[in-house]
Amino acid sequence: MPASRSLLTRYKLRLRRKRMLWRAFRSRHNLMPVSERTGAIARNDILVFITVRNEMQRLPWFLKHYRGLGVGHFLIVDNGSDDGTADYLRAEPDVSLWQTRASYKASRFGMDWITWLQRRYAHGHWTVTVDADELLIYPGYDTRDLCRLTADLMQYNQRVMGAIMLDLYPKGPPDAQSYDPEQDPVQVLPWFDAWGYQAQIQPKMGNLWLQGGPRARCFFSSDPRRAPTMNKIPLVHWDRSYAYVNSTHNLLPPALNQTWDVQGREALSGALLHTKFLPGSPARARREKARAEHFTNSKAYDDYYDAVAQNPDMWEPQSTRLTGWRQLVDLGLMTSGGGDRD
Amino acid sequence: MSVGIVMLVHTALGRAEEVVRHWSASGCPVVIHVDRSVPRKTYQKFVRALDDLPDVEFSKRFRCEWGTWGIVAATQAASERMLAQYPQVRHVYLASGSCLPLRPVQELINYLDARPQTDFIESATTADVPWTVGGLDAERFTLRFPFSWKKNRYLFDRYVAWQRFFRMKRKIPGGLVPHMGSQWWCLTRQTLSAILQDPAREEYDRYFRRVWIPDESYFQTMARQYSVNIESRSLTLSKFDYQGKPHIFYDDHLQLLRRSDCFVARKIWPRAQRLYDAFLTDEAGAMSRQEPNPGKIDRIFAKAVERRMRGRAGLYMQSRFPREDWENGVTAAPFSMFQGFAELFDNFEPWLARATDARVHGHLFAPDGVHFADGQNAINGALSDSAVLRDYNANFFLTNLIWNTRGQRQCFQFGPADNQVINWRVAKDPNAQISVISGAWSIPLFRSNADFRDLRKRAAELQKIESDHLDVLRSTWTKARVRIWTMAEFIEAPMEPLQTILDEIGTGTPQRLKEMPRMVSLRGFGQFLQNLKNQGMHPYLMGDFPVEQDVVQHRPEKPPRPYLVR
Repeated sequence: MPASRSLLTRYKLRLRRKRMLWRAFRSRHNLMPVSERTGAIARNDILVFITVRNEMQRLPWFLKHYRGLGVGHFLIVDNGSDDGTADYLRAEPDVSLWQTRASYKASRFGMDWITWLQRRYAHGHWTVTVDADELLIYPGYDTRDLCRLTADLMQYNQRVMGAIMLDLYPKGPPDAQSYDPEQDPVQVLPWFDAWGYQAQIQPKMGNLWLQGGPRARCFFSSDPRRAPTMNKIPLVHWDRSYAYVNSTHNLLPPALNQTWDVQGREALSGALLHTKFLPGSPARARREKARAEHFTNSKAYDDYYDAVAQNPDMWEPQSTRLTGWRQLVDLGLMTSGGGDRD
Repeated sequence: MSVGIVMLVHTALGRAEEVVRHWSASGCPVVIHVDRSVPRKTYQKFVRALDDLPDVEFSKRFRCEWGTWGIVAATQAASERMLAQYPQVRHVYLASGSCLPLRPVQELINYLDARPQTDFIESATTADVPWTVGGLDAERFTLRFPFSWKKNRYLFDRYVAWQRFFRMKRKIPGGLVPHMGSQWWCLTRQTLSAILQDPAREEYDRYFRRVWIPDESYFQTMARQYSVNIESRSLTLSKFDYQGKPHIFYDDHLQLLRRSDCFVARKIWPRAQRLYDAFLTDEAGAMSRQEPNPGKIDRIFAKAVERRMRGRAGLYMQSRFPREDWENGVTAAPFSMFQGFAELFDNFEPWLARATDARVHGHLFAPDGVHFADGQNAINGALSDSAVLRDYNANFFLTNLIWNTRGQRQCFQFGPADNQVINWRVAKDPNAQISVISGAWSIPLFRSNADFRDLRKRAAELQKIESDHLDVLRSTWTKARVRIWTMAEFIEAPMEPLQTILDEIGTGTPQRLKEMPRMVSLRGFGQFLQNLKNQGMHPYLMGDFPVEQDVVQHRPEKPPRPYLVR
């Protein structure tokens, strides 16, 4: 694929990447360090990068999950939380925290800040770049930590690992559930769509475009093109010249986007358990629609926000209950890359 | 008599130390070679850490780069030292720092004591084994390899190409027949000393110095010269992935390794704490007299490699997205597409569902929506009956459907009125069984109650579409099993084609048709076609229908057999 890209396109993509790195460089003024513990980062540490806003509900389990996977340090940008998120994170020993009140939208939905921090601290490290409502799992994650996973990826010459976003939902409306922040969100949101995903390739940056899942089914059935993108590239062996383009769906240089194998082999891939539909998500949708700081804020997506704000029941008789990573491998949603994990 | 361990170490010295202590505790002398590229300080710390053990020695250090002579030189030096220092040793076992003994050492000692004359070394001629990954097999022994594959890939490749171009060949020293095999062996003092004290050793060494990956061939070849009794297998369990790199065992392999009954496994991930805990604290006593049994572990790894190499057909995801025509299987399972059958027979779908155990759908690609079996509005979750969603990516709709329902055969109806986007994809799919009664689309028109002008127009459209589809099905690219009958052919002898199709779908035991589907009445159909002709539209796909007669009766000659396009 990359070979078929014309010289001009490649040059344009290069300029685009440089522009993004420049934006990231400029945006460093917006970041105010709150607790800077980056000195504690060891050479082989795996780093997590996130931007958060009012995530007290999700952060305790988020940190627990990734610590369990062997993450060495969390680098977090807090974009104007007012629910105590910053105070909570400041007290955590393996968290470096920056704060900003600048516009989320104007910073490419937080990517400028993250790109700056990655350029500064992530060079040569394996990095996990996610949102607070995304929990990364992969084949064998219960017995093998990220150190072992990344060693395997290195052995397969994979610099990145792709993952499918798996929207989890409850049976019944989200607000009818109750959730304790210390609890595994999968207990409250055990259901997912096992089927109905479709993939195509976007030739320009050579990235995959995977759509489907409960949101496509419930909110975009009349206009499937607009349905959310479900593939991400959360795990990257970072180099300071890399930059994410559109959330973590694709990045530059474009060769990194090829998370799959064109000859039909199965590369190693994971899944991001998406805990968006915890109780409180309808209220959040209302707030975000009013704040108009999100990628999906445009007239065309108003219906989507309204639908989520309606506290919808996404469950249907064919929904599948999540039982573990082996189930996802069997369904083909994740692949073990010919490891011996299954 | 005892076993001496020659251990090659280059990383994870802490783990190596644990293993050395384990060997030593059972009375095995150990000679350690530490790679020259390990910094002096680290090395000295390692030596000091093992100070307290009696029978542990360190041999002269060489730089061991993968694929080069250094590893053999290191092994030679360490082995010589072992033979010289410990005269009681009868077997020398070559291990690495990332090897882990899986059974009590005493069991290994007993096992070898019972086979005092046997050399355990995997050794096969290059012609006989397909092990090599990367193409260089016999040429390892006939070309020269002065450049490092790891550091100087370009020169390495260029020099190989150069030698091939000029047909340069090395002479293999007299009497040697090149053999290859696992690097990890266990040789008797007799064989090993014969190799090391060979009068022509200098010549052999000079030759092997420029052989590629000599550690997999030097001892393997030389042992063939002297051994009285070679067991061509390695006592060390090691697995390789699809790239030919050694597989690394981890905590979750614990049960698998235990059940393998092998003496030693490699490589072990240095951070696999549970493995080290489990195997290094085993009781020293010898309990089991079991033969090593790596069969199960072999099967599991073969499956993993297979999946890695070929993937699961019909899966399109972020980890597997084969280029078109490289799929090795477009879809996950066989399926059947019927064109014209539901039009010709009133009750074709329920009949087919009864005759087979397949799931029989209606027109999945109909313009007004997806007609799933039994009027369901969704199948297995998110595949909905919305035509918009389906047409957004019709090819994927089909591969998804087949993937989602693997385990039960899917059949569906198709016709020229449906979305034709999938035609090429289905035609190229070896899993597809396509049966077409051409021209049968005219039957609904014939039975409909519409203006003849509209019928004429519609018939012309449908005939054009179906004719294009038939061109696809008859093209040389088609890999599906395609059967095409004209309508006239089919109704003469419908039993035989139906039987063929059912046999191929397979219901378990082959059986004769018990009941036939009910054919619609075609009285007056010939006249209908004639009327179309009279209006200037020539329907030809249905074959010849006489105008006035009842078609089924007067056809004395033998019906043509259905033809198979392949």
